[in-house]
Amino acid sequence: MAGAAPRFETRKHVPPGVRAGRIALISVAIGFLALLLLAPLGAVLGQAFAQGWRVFLESFDNPDTLAAIRLTLLTAAIVVPVNTLFGIAAAWAIAKFEFKGKSLLITLIDLPFAISPVIAGLVFVMLFGAHGWWGQWLQDRDIQVIFAVPGIVLATLFVTFPYVARELIPLMQQQGSEEEEAAITLGAGAWTTFLRVTLPKIRWGLIYGVILCNARAMGEFGAVSVVSGHIRGLTTTMPLQVEILYNEYLFVAAFAVASVLALLAIVTLVIKTLVEWRADRRTG
Amino acid sequence: MAASWFRQPSILPGFGLTLGFTTFFLSALVLLPLAALVFKTTSLTWSEFLDVVLDERALASYRLSFGAAFIAAAVNAFFGFIVAWSLVRYEFPGRRLVDALIDLPFALPTAVSGIALATVFSPTGWLGVKLQELFGIQVAYTWLGVVVALILIGLPFVVRSVQPALVEAQRDLEEAAETLGASPFTVFRRIILPAVLPALVTGFTMAFARGVGEYGSVVFISGNLPLKTEITPLLIVIKLEQFDYNGAAALGFMMLLVSFLMLFAINLVQSWSRRRHVGPADTGRRVERRARPRTQKVGA
Repeated sequence: MAGAAPRFETRKHVPPGVRAGRIALISVAIGFLALLLLAPLGAVLGQAFAQGWRVFLESFDNPDTLAAIRLTLLTAAIVVPVNTLFGIAAAWAIAKFEFKGKSLLITLIDLPFAISPVIAGLVFVMLFGAHGWWGQWLQDRDIQVIFAVPGIVLATLFVTFPYVARELIPLMQQQGSEEEEAAITLGAGAWTTFLRVTLPKIRWGLIYGVILCNARAMGEFGAVSVVSGHIRGLTTTMPLQVEILYNEYLFVAAFAVASVLALLAIVTLVIKTLVEWRADRRTG
Repeated sequence: MAASWFRQPSILPGFGLTLGFTTFFLSALVLLPLAALVFKTTSLTWSEFLDVVLDERALASYRLSFGAAFIAAAVNAFFGFIVAWSLVRYEFPGRRLVDALIDLPFALPTAVSGIALATVFSPTGWLGVKLQELFGIQVAYTWLGVVVALILIGLPFVVRSVQPALVEAQRDLEEAAETLGASPFTVFRRIILPAVLPALVTGFTMAFARGVGEYGSVVFISGNLPLKTEITPLLIVIKLEQFDYNGAAALGFMMLLVSFLMLFAINLVQSWSRRRHVGPADTGRRVERRARPRTQKVGA
C-alpha cells in the first residue's frame, strides 16, 4: 500500500448514509454506558449530598464509621504490600526462567479471579471457623481468626492475590531478560540488578497493579462479609458499613461512605489512564 | 542450583527464592483453604450432599444465577461489541474519557454499585419510575434487577476482550470486500465477525463466570426472596448465618466446581482463538489459506 493509512476514517470522504450509521452506533454506545455507568455514579453523589455539605460531613462524625475507615486502611496497609511482594516474586520466577509446570502455576495464580467472593470467604471459615479444620485447635488456644480482623485480612489477601502478578508477568515476559543478563555479566549483584535495571523497566506496570490491588482490597464486600461477623466498630470495613447504614435506611450516611469509595475508584481510573498514556508515549 | 530436567539454565539469580516464595504463598493462601472446603464437603454422605444441592431452594437459585448471568453476558456481548467498535473505529469527542470509564465496574466496590443501582431502579428511583410509567416494568427487587447488576459487572470483560481483536483485525480485507461490492452486512458477517468471534466468546464466558459468582452488587437490588430472587452465593451466606456449615460447604463445592469448569472453558476458547489468530509475522500466508475456501464458496 502506498502511504500510511489514516488511523481513523473521519478525514476521508464518507457517504451520508454511512455517516448516519456511525453516529447511530456511537450514540447507542454512549447511551448504554451513560445509563449503566454514569447514572449509578451520579446517584451515589446525588444521594450523598442530598441534604447538603453539612449533613454529608456529619455522616463521618460516627465512631462506627470512623472505625470502619480505620479497619479498611489497616487491611489495605497489610494486604497491598504483601501481595505486591508476592506479585514481584511470582513475575520474576515466571518471566525470567523456563521451567516445567509454568503454565499450571500461572493458571493457579489466576484462580482467585475465577472464584466467587463468597467462596473466598467460605474457604477460610472451613479452615479456621469453629467447625473448620483448625477450629478446635485455635479455640483451645483462644485465637480468633473468623469474625475477627485476621480473617478479614486473609479473605482480602485471597481476592486480591493475582492483581500485581497479573500485571507484571506479561510485561516482564515481553521485555525479556537481556538487560538483566548484561548487568549480571558485568558483575552487578542480584539486588542491584533488580533495583537499577528491572524496577525502572516495570515501574508503570507495577504502579497500575498496586492501585488495582488497593482498590479491590479497600472495596471488597462479599468475601469480607462472610468472615467478618459484622461486629460494629470492630470487624466492619467501609463496604460493610455502607451495607449496615443502607439497611438502617440511613441513606445519606450510607451514600456518604459510598461516595468516598466511589472517589477511590475514580482516582484509580485516573491513575490507570495516566499510566497508560505514559506507556503509550514510551513505546509509540 | 536446580536440576536441569526441571529448568533451563540461566545466569540470572533468584530462581529458587522467588519460585519457592511463590509456590509457598500460593499453597498457603489459596490451595490450602480450597482444600479445606473440598475436605469438608467429602465429610458429608452422598445423601446429605444431594439433599442440599438438589433442594428446591437451591435449584431455584441455580436457575436465577445461571439464567441472569447468561442473559447479562448476552446483552454485554451485543452492546459491548458496539462500544468496543465505536472506541476502536471511530473518533468522537470524549472518546478517551469513555474508554477510561469502561473499567469503572472493575474499580467500583460492588457494594457501592449495588446500592447505587438499587436506588436508581427502585420503584421511587428516577429510572425505576420511568420504566414503570413507560413500560410497566419493575426492575428492582425482581429477577430483572439481578440481570441489570450483572450487566454492569460484566461489561468491561467483553469490551476489554473485543477491543484488541478489533485493533488487530485486518482493515484491508474489509476494504477489499467493500470494493468487490459486498454490503456492510456481508462484510460484518463474513469478515469482521469471524475475526473477533474468539475474543467475543472469551469476553462472554468471562462475564458469565463473573456473573454466576457475583454477590455484592446483586443483593441490594434483587430483594432476596427465597425461590424467586435469591442467588446461589446469597444462599451460601444464609446457610452460614444459620450455622449450617455442611449446607454451605456443599453449595460452595458446587460453585467451586462451576468455577473450574468455566476456567477450563475460557482456556479452551483462548487456545482456539490462538490457533486461528492471524499474527502480524505470518499474515500473508495464513490469510491466503483462510481466504481461499471462502472465495470458492462465494463462486459456487
